[in-house]
Amino acid sequence: MNINSNLYTIGFACAMVVFVAALLASMSIRLTPYQDRNIELEKKQNILQSVGIDVERDSSEIPYSQFIKEELVLDMNGNILEGTAFNVDLAVELKKNIEDQRLPLYISILEDSSKCFIIPLRGKGLWGPIWGYIALKEDINTVFGAVFDHKGETPGLGAEINQSFFQEPFTDKKIFNEDNEFVSIMVKKGGAPEGSLHAVDAISGGTITSDGVTDMIKERVGRYIPYLEKNKPIEDDTTIIINLTSQIYE
Amino acid sequence: MSKNALFSKKNRSLLTDPLDDNNPVTVQVLGICSALAITVQLEPAIVMALSVLFVMSVANVVVSLMRRLIPSRIRIIVELVVIATLVILVDEVLKAFAYDVSKELTVFVGLIITNCIIMGRLEAFALANSPWESFLDGLGNAFGYGWILIVVAFFRELFGSGTLYGYPVLENLGIYDLGYENNGMMILPPMALITVGIIIWIQRMRNKKLIESN
Repeated sequence: MNINSNLYTIGFACAMVVFVAALLASMSIRLTPYQDRNIELEKKQNILQSVGIDVERDSSEIPYSQFIKEELVLDMNGNILEGTAFNVDLAVELKKNIEDQRLPLYISILEDSSKCFIIPLRGKGLWGPIWGYIALKEDINTVFGAVFDHKGETPGLGAEINQSFFQEPFTDKKIFNEDNEFVSIMVKKGGAPEGSLHAVDAISGGTITSDGVTDMIKERVGRYIPYLEKNKPIEDDTTIIINLTSQIYE
Repeated sequence: MSKNALFSKKNRSLLTDPLDDNNPVTVQVLGICSALAITVQLEPAIVMALSVLFVMSVANVVVSLMRRLIPSRIRIIVELVVIATLVILVDEVLKAFAYDVSKELTVFVGLIITNCIIMGRLEAFALANSPWESFLDGLGNAFGYGWILIVVAFFRELFGSGTLYGYPVLENLGIYDLGYENNGMMILPPMALITVGIIIWIQRMRNKKLIESN
Protein backbone atom coordinates (compact mmCIF):
# COMPACT_ATOMS: atom_id res chain seq x y z
CA MET A 1 0.00 0.00 0.00
CA ASN A 2 1.24 3.48 -0.82
CA ILE A 3 1.41 5.30 2.48
CA ASN A 4 1.85 8.64 0.74
CA SER A 5 -1.37 8.55 -1.28
CA ASN A 6 -3.99 11.21 -0.50
CA LEU A 7 -6.54 8.64 0.53
CA TYR A 8 -4.21 6.94 2.99
CA THR A 9 -3.05 10.26 4.44
CA ILE A 10 -6.60 11.44 5.06
CA GLY A 11 -7.61 8.04 6.41
CA PHE A 12 -4.63 7.98 8.76
CA ALA A 13 -5.38 11.46 10.03
CA CYS A 14 -9.04 10.60 10.68
CA ALA A 15 -8.21 7.35 12.45
CA MET A 16 -5.60 9.08 14.60
CA VAL A 17 -7.96 11.86 15.62
CA VAL A 18 -10.74 9.44 16.53
CA PHE A 19 -8.39 7.18 18.49
CA VAL A 20 -6.76 10.03 20.42
CA ALA A 21 -10.11 11.68 21.15
CA ALA A 22 -11.57 8.42 22.44
CA LEU A 23 -8.50 7.73 24.57
CA LEU A 24 -8.43 11.18 26.16
CA ALA A 25 -12.17 11.33 26.67
CA SER A 26 -12.33 7.96 28.41
CA MET A 27 -9.34 8.83 30.60
CA SER A 28 -10.94 12.11 31.51
CA ILE A 29 -14.24 10.47 32.44
CA ARG A 30 -12.49 7.89 34.62
CA LEU A 31 -10.27 10.38 36.40
CA THR A 32 -12.74 13.23 36.93
CA PRO A 33 -14.15 11.89 40.23
CA TYR A 34 -10.64 11.69 41.73
CA GLN A 35 -9.74 15.14 40.45
CA ASP A 36 -12.96 16.71 41.76
CA ARG A 37 -12.34 15.14 45.14
CA ASN A 38 -8.85 16.68 45.28
CA ILE A 39 -10.24 20.09 44.39
CA GLU A 40 -12.99 19.81 46.99
CA LEU A 41 -10.56 18.80 49.73
CA GLU A 42 -8.19 21.59 48.77
CA LYS A 43 -11.03 24.12 48.98
CA LYS A 44 -11.85 22.91 52.48
CA GLN A 45 -8.15 23.07 53.39
CA ASN A 46 -7.90 26.67 52.14
CA ILE A 47 -11.03 27.77 54.00
CA LEU A 48 -9.62 26.28 57.22
CA GLN A 49 -6.27 27.96 56.62
CA SER A 50 -7.89 31.38 56.55
CA VAL A 51 -8.98 30.85 60.15
CA GLY A 52 -5.55 29.62 61.15
CA ILE A 53 -6.19 25.88 61.09
CA ASP A 54 -3.45 24.05 59.22
CA VAL A 55 -4.38 20.56 58.07
CA GLU A 56 -3.17 18.21 55.38
CA ARG A 57 -5.33 18.26 52.29
CA ASP A 58 -6.32 14.61 52.66
CA SER A 59 -7.57 15.10 56.21
CA SER A 60 -9.40 18.40 55.82
CA GLU A 61 -12.87 16.84 55.84
CA ILE A 62 -13.35 16.28 59.58
CA PRO A 63 -12.00 19.61 60.89
CA TYR A 64 -14.04 21.34 58.20
CA SER A 65 -17.30 19.92 59.49
CA GLN A 66 -16.16 20.62 63.03
CA PHE A 67 -15.31 24.33 62.66
CA ILE A 68 -17.26 25.64 59.68
CA LYS A 69 -20.74 25.99 61.11
CA GLU A 70 -22.65 27.87 58.44
CA GLU A 71 -22.40 28.03 54.66
CA LEU A 72 -24.59 30.90 53.54
CA VAL A 73 -25.49 32.22 50.12
CA LEU A 74 -26.30 35.95 50.00
CA ASP A 75 -27.59 38.40 47.40
CA MET A 76 -26.20 41.90 46.85
CA ASN A 77 -28.49 43.38 49.53
CA GLY A 78 -27.28 41.00 52.18
CA ASN A 79 -30.38 38.79 52.18
CA ILE A 80 -29.85 35.09 52.72
CA LEU A 81 -30.78 32.95 49.75
CA GLU A 82 -31.36 29.23 49.55
CA GLY A 83 -28.43 26.96 48.90
CA THR A 84 -25.05 26.26 50.38
CA ALA A 85 -21.92 28.34 49.90
CA PHE A 86 -19.70 25.38 49.14
CA ASN A 87 -21.54 24.66 45.90
CA VAL A 88 -21.26 28.21 44.60
CA ASP A 89 -18.63 28.51 41.89
CA LEU A 90 -17.23 32.04 42.11
CA ALA A 91 -15.73 31.82 38.62
CA VAL A 92 -19.27 31.40 37.26
CA GLU A 93 -20.84 34.00 39.55
CA LEU A 94 -18.32 36.69 38.61
CA LYS A 95 -19.44 36.52 34.99
CA LYS A 96 -22.99 37.52 36.00
CA ASN A 97 -24.31 41.02 36.73
CA ILE A 98 -24.02 41.92 40.36
CA GLU A 99 -27.83 41.82 40.76
CA ASP A 100 -27.82 38.14 39.83
CA GLN A 101 -24.65 37.11 41.66
CA ARG A 102 -24.86 34.73 44.54
CA LEU A 103 -22.33 35.56 47.25
CA PRO A 104 -20.98 32.64 49.28
CA LEU A 105 -20.10 33.22 52.92
CA TYR A 106 -18.77 30.80 55.51
CA ILE A 107 -19.13 31.27 59.24
CA SER A 108 -16.79 29.40 61.52
CA ILE A 109 -16.86 28.93 65.27
CA LEU A 110 -13.37 28.23 66.55
CA GLU A 111 -12.25 26.28 69.59
CA ASP A 112 -12.28 29.39 71.81
CA SER A 113 -15.87 29.89 70.55
CA SER A 114 -14.90 33.04 68.63
CA LYS A 115 -16.79 33.61 65.43
CA CYS A 116 -15.25 34.33 62.01
CA PHE A 117 -16.82 35.42 58.74
CA ILE A 118 -14.94 33.89 55.81
CA ILE A 119 -15.32 35.63 52.46
CA PRO A 120 -14.16 33.81 49.32
CA LEU A 121 -12.16 35.99 46.92
CA ARG A 122 -11.51 35.75 43.22
CA GLY A 123 -9.87 38.19 40.83
CA LYS A 124 -7.33 38.66 38.10
CA GLY A 125 -3.56 38.33 38.40
CA LEU A 126 -1.05 38.89 35.64
CA TRP A 127 -1.45 35.62 33.73
CA GLY A 128 -4.70 34.21 35.02
CA PRO A 129 -7.12 34.04 37.91
CA ILE A 130 -6.09 34.49 41.53
CA TRP A 131 -8.31 33.56 44.47
CA GLY A 132 -8.32 33.17 48.19
CA TYR A 133 -10.24 33.48 51.43
CA ILE A 134 -10.21 36.30 53.94
CA ALA A 135 -11.55 35.74 57.45
CA LEU A 136 -12.95 38.64 59.48
CA LYS A 137 -13.26 38.57 63.24
CA GLU A 138 -16.53 39.01 65.04
CA ASP A 139 -16.23 42.83 64.99
CA ILE A 140 -16.53 42.52 61.17
CA ASN A 141 -13.57 44.83 60.80
CA THR A 142 -10.38 43.09 61.87
CA VAL A 143 -8.84 40.47 59.62
CA PHE A 144 -8.30 37.13 61.32
CA GLY A 145 -6.31 35.63 58.47
CA ALA A 146 -6.07 35.40 54.69
CA VAL A 147 -4.94 32.85 52.14
CA PHE A 148 -4.31 33.36 48.45
CA ASP A 149 -3.55 31.13 45.54
CA HIS A 150 -3.17 31.49 41.81
CA LYS A 151 -3.39 29.55 38.59
CA GLY A 152 -0.16 30.54 36.88
CA GLU A 153 1.54 33.66 38.21
CA THR A 154 5.26 34.05 37.58
CA PRO A 155 7.24 31.62 39.78
CA GLY A 156 9.41 33.48 42.27
CA LEU A 157 7.49 36.74 41.74
CA GLY A 158 3.67 36.96 41.62
CA ALA A 159 3.40 33.28 42.51
CA GLU A 160 4.67 34.12 45.98
CA ILE A 161 1.21 35.35 47.01
CA ASN A 162 0.52 31.81 48.22
CA GLN A 163 3.43 32.00 50.67
CA SER A 164 2.97 32.73 54.34
CA PHE A 165 5.38 35.70 54.38
CA PHE A 166 2.92 37.51 52.12
CA GLN A 167 -0.26 36.29 53.82
CA GLU A 168 0.65 36.71 57.47
CA PRO A 169 0.82 40.54 57.50
CA PHE A 170 -2.90 40.65 56.65
CA THR A 171 -3.72 39.46 60.16
CA ASP A 172 -5.10 42.25 62.41
CA LYS A 173 -5.44 44.71 59.54
CA LYS A 174 -8.78 46.53 59.41
CA ILE A 175 -11.15 46.95 56.47
CA PHE A 176 -12.99 50.02 57.90
CA ASN A 177 -11.26 53.28 58.89
CA GLU A 178 -11.99 55.31 62.05
CA ASP A 179 -14.93 57.03 60.35
CA ASN A 180 -16.44 53.62 59.63
CA GLU A 181 -15.87 53.90 55.90
CA PHE A 182 -14.92 50.80 53.93
CA VAL A 183 -11.31 51.26 52.83
CA SER A 184 -10.32 47.61 52.30
CA ILE A 185 -6.67 46.57 52.50
CA MET A 186 -4.10 47.74 50.03
CA VAL A 187 -1.10 45.75 48.85
CA LYS A 188 1.36 48.57 48.61
CA LYS A 189 4.31 48.72 46.23
CA GLY A 190 7.46 49.90 47.98
CA GLY A 191 6.21 48.71 51.35
CA ALA A 192 3.29 49.63 53.59
CA PRO A 193 3.80 52.62 55.91
CA GLU A 194 4.89 51.58 59.39
CA GLY A 195 1.93 50.71 61.59
CA SER A 196 -0.61 51.08 58.80
CA LEU A 197 -3.88 49.34 59.54
CA HIS A 198 -5.02 49.19 55.94
CA ALA A 199 -1.94 48.23 53.92
CA VAL A 200 0.56 45.39 53.58
CA ASP A 201 3.83 45.07 51.63
CA ALA A 202 3.67 44.11 47.96
CA ILE A 203 6.03 41.60 46.33
CA SER A 204 9.00 43.12 44.47
CA GLY A 205 8.70 42.28 40.80
CA GLY A 206 5.12 41.09 41.26
CA THR A 207 3.39 44.46 40.97
CA ILE A 208 0.54 43.42 38.71
CA THR A 209 -0.27 40.37 40.81
CA SER A 210 -0.08 42.50 43.97
CA ASP A 211 -2.43 45.08 42.46
CA GLY A 212 -4.70 42.19 41.50
CA VAL A 213 -4.86 41.16 45.16
CA THR A 214 -5.75 44.73 46.19
CA ASP A 215 -8.53 44.96 43.60
CA MET A 216 -9.82 41.51 44.43
CA ILE A 217 -10.17 42.21 48.15
CA LYS A 218 -11.76 45.59 47.56
CA GLU A 219 -14.26 44.31 45.01
CA ARG A 220 -15.20 41.06 46.74
CA VAL A 221 -15.33 42.19 50.36
CA GLY A 222 -17.14 45.35 49.24
CA ARG A 223 -20.02 43.21 47.97
CA TYR A 224 -20.65 41.88 51.47
CA ILE A 225 -20.95 45.29 53.15
CA PRO A 226 -24.78 45.24 53.30
CA TYR A 227 -24.73 41.89 55.08
CA LEU A 228 -21.82 42.79 57.33
CA GLU A 229 -23.44 46.11 58.37
CA LYS A 230 -26.60 44.22 59.38
CA ASN A 231 -24.59 41.82 61.50
CA LYS A 232 -22.23 44.24 63.16
CA PRO A 233 -22.06 43.65 66.90
CA ILE A 234 -23.51 46.31 69.20
CA GLU A 235 -21.23 49.35 69.42
CA ASP A 236 -18.67 49.22 72.18
CA ASP A 237 -20.05 52.36 73.96
CA THR A 238 -23.45 50.75 74.41
CA THR A 239 -21.89 47.61 75.80
CA ILE A 240 -20.02 49.67 78.37
CA ILE A 241 -23.20 51.51 79.39
CA ILE A 242 -25.06 48.23 79.76
CA ASN A 243 -22.21 46.87 81.86
CA LEU A 244 -22.18 50.00 84.00
CA THR A 245 -25.92 49.93 84.53
CA SER A 246 -25.86 46.31 85.53
CA GLN A 247 -23.08 47.07 87.99
CA ILE A 248 -25.07 49.91 89.54
CA TYR A 249 -28.06 47.66 90.04
CA GLU A 250 -26.05 44.92 91.64
CA MET B 1 15.16 -4.51 14.37
CA SER B 2 18.82 -4.14 15.21
CA LYS B 3 20.84 -7.31 15.57
CA ASN B 4 22.97 -5.70 18.26
CA ALA B 5 22.81 -6.76 21.86
CA LEU B 6 20.53 -4.65 24.04
CA PHE B 7 23.43 -2.66 25.44
CA SER B 8 25.92 -2.84 22.61
CA LYS B 9 28.53 -0.11 22.29
CA LYS B 10 26.37 1.75 19.80
CA ASN B 11 23.33 1.56 22.06
CA ARG B 12 25.30 2.72 25.06
CA SER B 13 26.49 5.73 23.15
CA LEU B 14 22.85 6.61 22.38
CA LEU B 15 22.44 6.96 26.09
CA THR B 16 25.69 8.74 26.92
CA ASP B 17 26.33 10.99 23.92
CA PRO B 18 23.57 13.46 24.75
CA LEU B 19 25.02 13.92 28.22
CA ASP B 20 28.13 15.61 26.90
CA ASP B 21 29.34 15.42 23.26
CA ASN B 22 25.89 15.93 21.79
CA ASN B 23 24.02 17.61 24.60
CA PRO B 24 20.67 18.95 23.35
CA VAL B 25 20.95 22.18 25.35
CA THR B 26 24.61 23.12 25.38
CA VAL B 27 25.70 21.70 22.01
CA GLN B 28 22.55 21.74 19.88
CA VAL B 29 21.16 24.76 21.75
CA LEU B 30 17.59 23.42 21.78
CA GLY B 31 15.00 23.68 24.53
CA ILE B 32 16.44 26.97 25.72
CA CYS B 33 13.04 28.58 26.26
CA SER B 34 12.02 26.11 28.95
CA ALA B 35 15.50 26.33 30.47
CA LEU B 36 14.83 30.04 31.01
CA ALA B 37 11.32 29.70 32.29
CA ILE B 38 11.50 27.05 34.96
CA THR B 39 14.97 27.22 36.45
CA VAL B 40 14.26 29.86 39.08
CA GLN B 41 13.87 27.08 41.64
CA LEU B 42 15.06 23.48 41.82
CA GLU B 43 11.73 21.83 42.40
CA PRO B 44 9.96 22.83 39.16
CA ALA B 45 13.17 22.11 37.26
CA ILE B 46 13.26 18.55 38.60
CA VAL B 47 9.55 18.01 37.95
CA MET B 48 10.05 19.34 34.42
CA ALA B 49 13.06 17.09 33.83
CA LEU B 50 11.11 14.02 34.96
CA SER B 51 8.08 14.90 32.83
CA VAL B 52 10.25 15.42 29.78
CA LEU B 53 12.00 12.13 30.52
CA PHE B 54 8.67 10.30 30.45
CA VAL B 55 7.20 12.11 27.47
CA MET B 56 10.34 11.93 25.36
CA SER B 57 11.08 8.24 25.88
CA VAL B 58 7.47 7.10 25.40
CA ALA B 59 6.89 9.39 22.41
CA ASN B 60 10.07 8.10 20.81
CA VAL B 61 8.88 4.51 21.21
CA VAL B 62 5.37 5.23 19.93
CA VAL B 63 6.58 7.09 16.86
CA SER B 64 9.22 4.45 16.20
CA LEU B 65 6.55 1.72 16.31
CA MET B 66 4.44 3.66 13.81
CA ARG B 67 7.34 4.78 11.63
CA ARG B 68 6.35 2.62 8.66
CA LEU B 69 2.72 3.73 8.86
CA ILE B 70 3.04 7.50 9.13
CA PRO B 71 2.41 9.37 5.85
CA SER B 72 5.41 11.64 5.38
CA ARG B 73 3.36 14.72 4.51
CA ILE B 74 1.65 14.84 7.88
CA ARG B 75 4.44 13.37 10.01
CA ILE B 76 5.06 16.58 11.97
CA ILE B 77 1.38 16.77 12.88
CA VAL B 78 1.39 13.12 13.93
CA GLU B 79 4.46 13.69 16.10
CA LEU B 80 2.81 16.70 17.71
CA VAL B 81 -0.37 14.74 18.40
CA VAL B 82 1.62 11.94 20.04
CA ILE B 83 3.47 14.40 22.29
CA ALA B 84 0.36 16.40 23.16
CA THR B 85 -1.62 13.26 23.98
CA LEU B 86 1.09 12.00 26.30
CA VAL B 87 1.41 15.33 28.04
CA ILE B 88 -2.34 15.57 28.60
CA LEU B 89 -2.45 11.99 29.89
CA VAL B 90 0.37 12.69 32.33
CA ASP B 91 -1.32 15.86 33.47
CA GLU B 92 -4.69 14.17 34.01
CA VAL B 93 -3.19 11.28 35.95
CA LEU B 94 -1.15 13.63 38.13
CA LYS B 95 -4.23 15.77 38.85
CA ALA B 96 -6.02 12.68 40.08
CA PHE B 97 -3.27 10.95 42.03
CA ALA B 98 -0.47 13.45 42.67
CA TYR B 99 -2.33 16.73 42.97
CA ASP B 100 0.53 18.75 44.44
CA VAL B 101 2.93 17.80 41.68
CA SER B 102 0.31 18.62 39.08
CA LYS B 103 -0.14 22.09 40.54
CA GLU B 104 3.58 22.58 40.12
CA LEU B 105 3.50 21.26 36.58
CA THR B 106 0.35 22.66 34.97
CA VAL B 107 2.00 25.90 33.93
CA PHE B 108 4.69 24.00 32.08
CA VAL B 109 2.50 21.55 30.16
CA GLY B 110 2.45 23.85 27.16
CA LEU B 111 6.19 24.15 27.38
CA ILE B 112 6.66 20.37 27.22
CA ILE B 113 4.54 20.17 24.08
CA THR B 114 6.56 22.89 22.41
CA ASN B 115 9.90 21.57 23.63
CA CYS B 116 11.89 21.42 20.41
CA ILE B 117 14.16 18.67 21.76
CA ILE B 118 11.27 16.20 21.80
CA MET B 119 10.13 17.14 18.29
CA GLY B 120 13.73 17.06 17.15
CA ARG B 121 14.37 13.54 18.45
CA LEU B 122 11.14 12.18 16.96
CA GLU B 123 11.95 13.72 13.61
CA ALA B 124 15.67 12.93 13.52
CA PHE B 125 15.81 9.60 15.28
CA ALA B 126 12.58 7.76 16.05
CA LEU B 127 11.28 7.94 12.48
CA ALA B 128 14.29 5.98 11.27
CA ASN B 129 15.23 3.63 14.11
CA SER B 130 13.88 0.67 16.06
CA PRO B 131 11.77 1.16 19.21
CA TRP B 132 14.48 0.02 21.64
CA GLU B 133 17.13 2.32 20.16
CA SER B 134 14.60 5.14 20.11
CA PHE B 135 13.78 4.52 23.74
CA LEU B 136 17.47 4.77 24.67
CA ASP B 137 17.85 7.88 22.57
CA GLY B 138 14.86 9.46 24.32
CA LEU B 139 16.23 8.60 27.74
CA GLY B 140 19.69 9.89 26.87
CA ASN B 141 18.44 13.19 25.55
CA ALA B 142 16.09 13.66 28.48
CA PHE B 143 18.98 13.12 30.88
CA GLY B 144 21.14 15.49 28.85
CA TYR B 145 18.42 18.12 29.04
CA GLY B 146 17.58 17.39 32.66
CA TRP B 147 21.04 17.70 34.15
CA ILE B 148 21.59 21.10 32.55
CA LEU B 149 18.22 22.25 33.86
CA ILE B 150 18.99 21.07 37.37
CA VAL B 151 22.47 22.62 37.44
CA VAL B 152 21.12 25.97 36.21
CA ALA B 153 18.29 25.85 38.74
CA PHE B 154 20.73 24.96 41.52
CA PHE B 155 22.77 28.12 40.98
CA ARG B 156 19.80 30.38 40.29
CA GLU B 157 17.95 29.29 43.41
CA LEU B 158 21.06 29.39 45.59
CA PHE B 159 22.20 32.86 44.53
CA GLY B 160 18.79 34.31 43.69
CA SER B 161 16.76 33.20 46.70
CA GLY B 162 19.36 31.77 49.07
CA THR B 163 17.50 28.46 49.23
CA LEU B 164 17.87 24.98 47.76
CA TYR B 165 14.73 22.99 47.08
CA GLY B 166 12.96 25.53 49.28
CA TYR B 167 15.34 24.90 52.18
CA PRO B 168 16.97 28.13 53.46
CA VAL B 169 20.62 27.07 53.14
CA LEU B 170 22.28 30.47 53.29
CA GLU B 171 20.18 31.61 56.23
CA ASN B 172 21.10 28.51 58.20
CA LEU B 173 24.78 28.97 57.37
CA GLY B 174 24.56 32.49 58.77
CA ILE B 175 25.83 34.12 55.55
CA TYR B 176 23.32 36.97 55.80
CA ASP B 177 24.76 38.05 59.14
CA LEU B 178 28.01 38.78 57.30
CA GLY B 179 26.20 41.33 55.17
CA TYR B 180 25.49 39.10 52.16
CA GLU B 181 22.41 39.84 50.06
CA ASN B 182 20.58 37.70 47.50
CA ASN B 183 21.25 38.62 43.91
CA GLY B 184 17.81 39.51 42.55
CA MET B 185 19.16 39.40 39.01
CA MET B 186 19.51 35.60 39.25
CA ILE B 187 15.72 35.31 39.40
CA LEU B 188 15.32 37.06 36.06
CA PRO B 189 15.46 35.10 32.77
CA PRO B 190 18.68 36.66 31.36
CA MET B 191 20.73 35.05 34.11
CA ALA B 192 19.54 31.62 32.96
CA LEU B 193 21.09 32.31 29.57
CA ILE B 194 24.30 33.51 31.16
CA THR B 195 24.42 30.44 33.42
CA VAL B 196 23.89 28.17 30.41
CA GLY B 197 26.65 30.12 28.66
CA ILE B 198 29.05 29.48 31.52
CA ILE B 199 28.21 25.76 31.42
CA ILE B 200 28.94 25.74 27.66
CA TRP B 201 32.24 27.52 28.31
CA ILE B 202 33.34 25.02 30.94
CA GLN B 203 32.21 22.11 28.78
CA ARG B 204 34.26 23.32 25.80
CA MET B 205 37.30 23.86 27.97
CA ARG B 206 37.17 20.18 28.95
CA ASN B 207 35.93 18.67 25.71
CA LYS B 208 38.14 19.77 22.81
CA LYS B 209 36.01 17.81 20.31
CA LEU B 210 33.35 20.49 20.54
CA ILE B 211 35.53 23.32 19.35
CA GLU B 212 34.92 24.19 15.70
CA SER B 213 38.04 24.30 13.52
CA ASN B 214 37.66 27.63 11.75
